[in-house]
Order: sequence, then C-alpha cells, then structure tokens
Amino acid sequence: MKRQKILETGMSWLFALCACMSIVAVVLICVFLFANGVPAMKEIGFIKFLLGTDWAPKNQPASYGILPMIIGSLCVTIGAVVIGVPIGLLTAVFLSRFCPKKLHSVLEPLVQLMAGIPSIIYGFFGLVVMVPLARMIPGCTGVSMLTASVLLGIMILPTIINLSESALNAVPDSYYEGALALGATHERSVFFAVLPAAKSGILAAAVLGIGRAIGETMAVIMVAGNQARIPTSMLKGIRTMTANIVLEMGYATGLHRQALIATGVVLFVFILIINLTFSILKKRGEKV
Amino acid sequence: MSMHTKYKIQDLNLHYGTFHALKNINLELPEKEITAFIGPSGCGKSTLLKTLNRMNDLVEGCSIDGTVLLDGEDIFDRMDVNVLRRRVGMVFQKPNPFPMSIYDNIAFGPRTHGIRKKAKLDEIVEKSLRDAAIWDEVKDRLDKSALGMSGGQQQRLCIARALAIQPEVLLMDEPTSALDPISTMKVEDLVQELKREYTIVMVTHNMQQATRVSDKTAFFLLGEVVEFNETAELFSMPKDQRTENYITGRFG
Repeated sequence: MKRQKILETGMSWLFALCACMSIVAVVLICVFLFANGVPAMKEIGFIKFLLGTDWAPKNQPASYGILPMIIGSLCVTIGAVVIGVPIGLLTAVFLSRFCPKKLHSVLEPLVQLMAGIPSIIYGFFGLVVMVPLARMIPGCTGVSMLTASVLLGIMILPTIINLSESALNAVPDSYYEGALALGATHERSVFFAVLPAAKSGILAAAVLGIGRAIGETMAVIMVAGNQARIPTSMLKGIRTMTANIVLEMGYATGLHRQALIATGVVLFVFILIINLTFSILKKRGEKV
Repeated sequence: MSMHTKYKIQDLNLHYGTFHALKNINLELPEKEITAFIGPSGCGKSTLLKTLNRMNDLVEGCSIDGTVLLDGEDIFDRMDVNVLRRRVGMVFQKPNPFPMSIYDNIAFGPRTHGIRKKAKLDEIVEKSLRDAAIWDEVKDRLDKSALGMSGGQQQRLCIARALAIQPEVLLMDEPTSALDPISTMKVEDLVQELKREYTIVMVTHNMQQATRVSDKTAFFLLGEVVEFNETAELFSMPKDQRTENYITGRFG
C-alpha cells in the first residue's frame, strides 16, 4: 500500500516536471531573445532600428535599420494570405461538403502530406519551377516578392485547409437542414448557413496561416531575392526578417550580431500578437 | 363536411436499407386543418413527416415507392425539390436558428428566393414575426444574435422563419418537446392561429397536445397507420384495439 502511494506521488512529480520542460523552454527563449536584443535596440536607438530604411552593417559608421525587412515580411505574408486563404477555404468547403467519399479518401492524405513536406523542398520547387515562370513576366528577374508570396501561399494551404475543414465539420447539421427546409439549394445552404457558422474557426485558420507565413525562412530565401531595400513593386526582390537573420548570422559579430537577434525580437513580437489573436478567436468560436 | 385535400399519400413504402420503416401508407390530409401524427418512438411518424418535404433525401440508403401528391402533383416526379420545400415549411424538434441576427434569420428564406430590396425584406420580417406572435418581444433587438434568445423564443423564431417564405403547408416535428410548459402553450396557441392560413401537420409525443390542437389524428405503430380519424372521435371512440391500448396508456 505504502509503496504504491510513493510510486503515485513520484510519478505525478515526474509528469509535472515534463510539463514544466516546455514552459521552461519558452521562458528561456524569451529571456535570451530580449536580453540580447533589447540592449542592441537601445544602442542603435529604437526609432532608428525599427524605422530606419538603411541596413548597412559594413558601412562606417554602420547603419542598422530594419524597416525594409519588416515591410518585406508583411508584404509576402499579405501576399500569401491573398493567395492561400481563398484557395484553402474553398478547398476546405469542397472537402467538407461537396467531395464524394472516394475522392475524399485520396485528397485528405495528400493535404496531410503537403503539411509534412520540408520547407527546403518547397524552396527547391519555387526555385526550379516558379522562378523561371516568373521570369516570363516583363520586368521580373524571377526572384521577387510575387514569387515568394505565391510559394508561401501554397505552403500555408494545408494549415488553412485542415483547420477550416474541422471548423466546417463541427457545424451542427441542424443549420444545414434548416436552410434546406427553407428551399435553399445545397450550395446556398453551405455558403450562407454553414460557412457563416464556421466563421471564427476559419478566421483562426487564417491567423495560424499568417503565423506560418511570417515565420517561414528557407523557402523564402530561395525565391525572394533578399535585397534589403523597401520594395517598390511586386516584381522586385525583397528581404524578410527571417531571411535577414539567416543570411548574416554566420559571420556577424558584435553589434551586428546583436542587431540580428533584435530582428528576432521583432519577429517574436509579431508571432506573439498573431497567437494571441488566434486564441481570442478560438475562444469566441467556442462560445457560439 | 368535406374539404379540399392538400396531401394525398398513396401506397407509400419507405425503406432505410433493409429496414421497412413505412408500410403501405394511405392518407389524405385536409387543407387548412391541423393533422397530428401520434405513436410510440420509432413508429415512423417523423419519417413520414420528413417524406412530405423530402428531407429523407439526405438519409443514405433511403428508398421510397408509392406516390405523394401535393395539390395533385407528385412530389417525387418533376417537382423541383427546392420548390417543394418552399411550398412546405418545416419546424424542427430542436430549435435551430442560424447563428446570425434575428433579422437575418427571418430574411434568409426570402433572400434565398431572390428578394433583395430592404423595404420589402423589412416588411416580410415584421409580418412573419407578428404572425409568429413574437414581434413585441424582439422588435427592439432585431440586429442581435438569435442564439441569445430563450428556447421558446427560438422555436417561435424558427416558426417565423418558416412563415417568411409564405409556405402553404407547415410541418412540425415535435415542436414543443424541447420547451417548458409556458413556451409550449404559446406555441400551441400560435398553431391554432396559423391554421387559418396554413395546412399544418404536427408530430407529437404528447397525446394531450394532439387532443388540444389537432383536428385530425393519425395513430402510427410499427410503420403502419393503424387509425386515422377526427381527433375527438379517435380519442373517445377508437375503432382499433391497438389504438385504444395506446391512448389509454397501456404501452408506448
């Protein structure tokens, strides 16, 4: 009896310890990021860092303005959303309400597979297939904001599709039947009764997709061109915050290195905002 | 007194897969009267109700033969199912307002059928809510979510929603089974009012309800209609022994 009790208490402590691991990891990441990044921001000057348009760490004196990268990240993310959300949402509607069972059993695993493809593979695909295609557009060198947006749009599809489909499947049949009973067609019932009922779940899907897009690194580096300047057109090259860090971290030292970590801080804050939005939307969805 | 027949059901048989759910149903439902379907659970009364606006089409493995005539037209033949459902409204067992505003709930049907003008929609919304005796309770919060209403209000909203497409028939599947007594009374009163303009078919578990509201009653057992008669007569002088056993509470 006594041995069992000791075992029980011991195990519950073990589980608690495991649970703490992830919390500790998150906290450590925060501490490391802010401890290294914030002093750099202070040294450069918050305004000069966030709103400076020149990124020239090799210049004398060096200039560390990350506005081009912030704009770059936002632009490709918006582009990815514009492309990925409508396609993903309509795919989810199809899978949830229109797809014959047999086809569903083929499509569903394919979407799952899409989610599992490493981003470097997406990058290769972008470089080998999409960049040459983009080159056919007059005035485009191939590696550009447009290419990166389209590629990211494809990459966030599985996130959007899976979450939107779950949201659609969770809508009670009574809404669908209620619409049919009013003489609405299948299409109208799905788009005007079921879809609005899944609204918050779909919004959450979009937000999570945004999170994926803004944090994506490898694939973007391969097709975005990576010029650290404020883009003037969709067909020009662009550098994202993630790309900025990866490209220069290997050789950066001193303030340069710290400025890159500070770029990470800005990215982290963006992700925090996105996750917060996600959980608020999810909570609101559960209430309805 | 003989009235116009709204629904004429002839030799109707319905199978769910291999299960014979409705057996040789022959019924004539009079226009602008209330017909109640009573019987124990699983006797086929809800199945028949759902056949009348073809909601059974959604059930996999459901096969139907026989004819159902609405004003002489076969509902399985040539008649577009969406037109049928426009003519035959339905109120479900559990109130199922859409998760949108009260106004948009009522306007859903009219919008579906092509009415876009705001003034016309406003008029329909008000009339439907008045007809469903709920206008005074909701007129100040038409833009609020319908999910914030009580269960009884939600059910009357669903009735109003069904009325908004001006159907000829109203099918009600145990419309008060999820409601408290006061809400039940309101819905029953409402149904009495509505029979002036609509043919009503109501499935009910509650025999008192059938006697209170209906003009005619059909008693179902194991997929068959055992007896169909004027409500007063069916309950006071049942012709079939099984009907008598059921209404006197010996089973069911």
